Amino acid sequence: MLADGGSERLVERGEASASRSADGTLVIRLAGPWHLQGGLPSPEGLQQELHGQPPSRVAFDATALRGWDSSLVNFLVHVVEPCQERGVPVDQEGLPSGVRRLIALAEAVPERKGARAKAVPPPILDRIGLVWIRGIESLTAILSFLGDVTRALGQLVRGRARYRSVDLLLLIQQAGAEALPIVTLISFLVGSIFAFVGAVQLQKFGAGVYVADLVGIAMVREMGAVMTGIVLAGRTGAAYAAQLGTMKVTQETDALTTMGLSPLEFLVLPRMIALGLMMPLLCLYADGVGIMGGAAVAVGMLHIPPVTYFGRIESSVDLTMLSGGVFKAAVYGVLVAFSGCLRGLQSGASASAVGDAATSAVVTSIVLIITACGIFAVTFYILGI
Amino acid sequence: MMVEKEAHIAVRDVTMAFGSFVLMHDLDFTVRHNDIFIIMGASGSGKSTLLRHMVGLNEPVHGEVFYGGANFTRAEPVERKRLLRGVGILYQGGALFSSMTLAENVGLPLAEYTSLTPAEVLEIASLKLALVGLKGFEDFYPSQLSGGMVKRAGLARAMALDPKILFFDEPSAGLDPISSRLLDDLILELRESLDATIVIVTHELASIFAIGTNSVFLDVETRTIAASGPPQELRDHCDNPRVRRFLTRGTNGQIERSSARG
Repeated sequence: MLADGGSERLVERGEASASRSADGTLVIRLAGPWHLQGGLPSPEGLQQELHGQPPSRVAFDATALRGWDSSLVNFLVHVVEPCQERGVPVDQEGLPSGVRRLIALAEAVPERKGARAKAVPPPILDRIGLVWIRGIESLTAILSFLGDVTRALGQLVRGRARYRSVDLLLLIQQAGAEALPIVTLISFLVGSIFAFVGAVQLQKFGAGVYVADLVGIAMVREMGAVMTGIVLAGRTGAAYAAQLGTMKVTQETDALTTMGLSPLEFLVLPRMIALGLMMPLLCLYADGVGIMGGAAVAVGMLHIPPVTYFGRIESSVDLTMLSGGVFKAAVYGVLVAFSGCLRGLQSGASASAVGDAATSAVVTSIVLIITACGIFAVTFYILGI
Repeated sequence: MMVEKEAHIAVRDVTMAFGSFVLMHDLDFTVRHNDIFIIMGASGSGKSTLLRHMVGLNEPVHGEVFYGGANFTRAEPVERKRLLRGVGILYQGGALFSSMTLAENVGLPLAEYTSLTPAEVLEIASLKLALVGLKGFEDFYPSQLSGGMVKRAGLARAMALDPKILFFDEPSAGLDPISSRLLDDLILELRESLDATIVIVTHELASIFAIGTNSVFLDVETRTIAASGPPQELRDHCDNPRVRRFLTRGTNGQIERSSARG
């Protein structure tokens, strides 16, 4: 501990020194500028001094103090607290009045008991159990939401569901027409990538012309629907989750409920209808654009005459295949809207919770789409479609 | 009686407009050092917008704002950031970052603008939380707190860097009378102990008279300052009936109107 905190010494940063007077008073001298920029001087030395032989009284001398901020208050709080614990009287006369008031303010409200309870990480078995319990809870939540949605659909069929048709039209425009540019880009590229990859292999057997069959069947059966579904999961599903999540933050969903309007009918149904209607149309469009993408590669690089290419497409793609793909797209659309609305309505009331909801909506949509895709593949195989 | 104190914030001929819609024009007033300066006016008069103009969130279409003689409106971005470091703002809803604990919220400006170690940042953050009566709530998230606690935590964050100027946007909005009174006491205490200048946007009459030392009244009809001065003085002696009516919750102005008729 420095004992020479003389007032004449020029100091760069705040310093504290202690000396005992004859009557056992511990005088703490504060010197220099105490600013946060200079760092926090440690109160440990003084605390040890107090622990050693408790003084009869603690007093302060701040004549050499040149400016102060929170760093000084913080330091003094750590000195005053142990004194009070030991019953050593503290004479704060020597301190600037602002500092005295701030110390009093910091001590005014006692620490809330138990508030600072540190969360102890549970043992590994507990955590495994918790993961399962959470998984089951989340599955239950999905199923109960599915039940609610089905009931709302029942209301819709009976013509009793209440939502604004203007909302539905706007949602249809946002999910349908406004998605055309991105769907065009993605499906054209997917079509041409298929043609390119297929052509390299097929040409080895001199069967380059079958690239049309490959592109046509792949796009119409699977990829048109899956790619559109994934694009819309990222574009529209995330938007739905963010919209509904924010509506929860601003209590709009509460307002709907107390008005007697079910958020499920008012918010979820129009979104599911919009995507259920628009996805098949977007899928048809994606099929067409994908085939054109394949044509660009087939005609441009493999020099297959356009007539031959489109002739092969015509003979390999039939109406059953096309309607199968479009049907799948409708299902994927409903799944995307379902996940978006589910995660949105589950969202907590904060900015980060809305972000989590949007992320979770996209993940759920894609998982559901891929799962449904697998189920369709098996079912169609068994049915011989 | 009144000691002429140095000007801390000066607003000179500021006009606020959105496109061609002029919200308020020719606002000209001075906030002196250690004032508790009230910006009052009816809802929609542009009180909060004026605050946004004073801290650079909105740009005045005409006029300038000065901090201790430095021209804030015309300053370069770097200089603006430096001036704003001496300013703390308590937003209406607290504006705490929901993904951070209270200690992290208060510690963010400390970690950003000082060279303190993470442990020291935590220590100062705890001190600030203790000052607003939230000792022990370091690891809480804003969503776990009540409205009054969120306000106080927001105040702790506004004070993180020991600012010399504190702005409050509707501090008592959404608080019960007792919490609002406690917040007023805290504001008075902080002005005394931190030697800070305080600017409050509010229409809460109880607070205005309890703590305001000076004020301006924004008038929706003339779209400029209708009166300025200590709130009590304005209530008792202002010639503008609209100002008196506002400060007496409508009673004074109506009496005058009926007596004028009779």
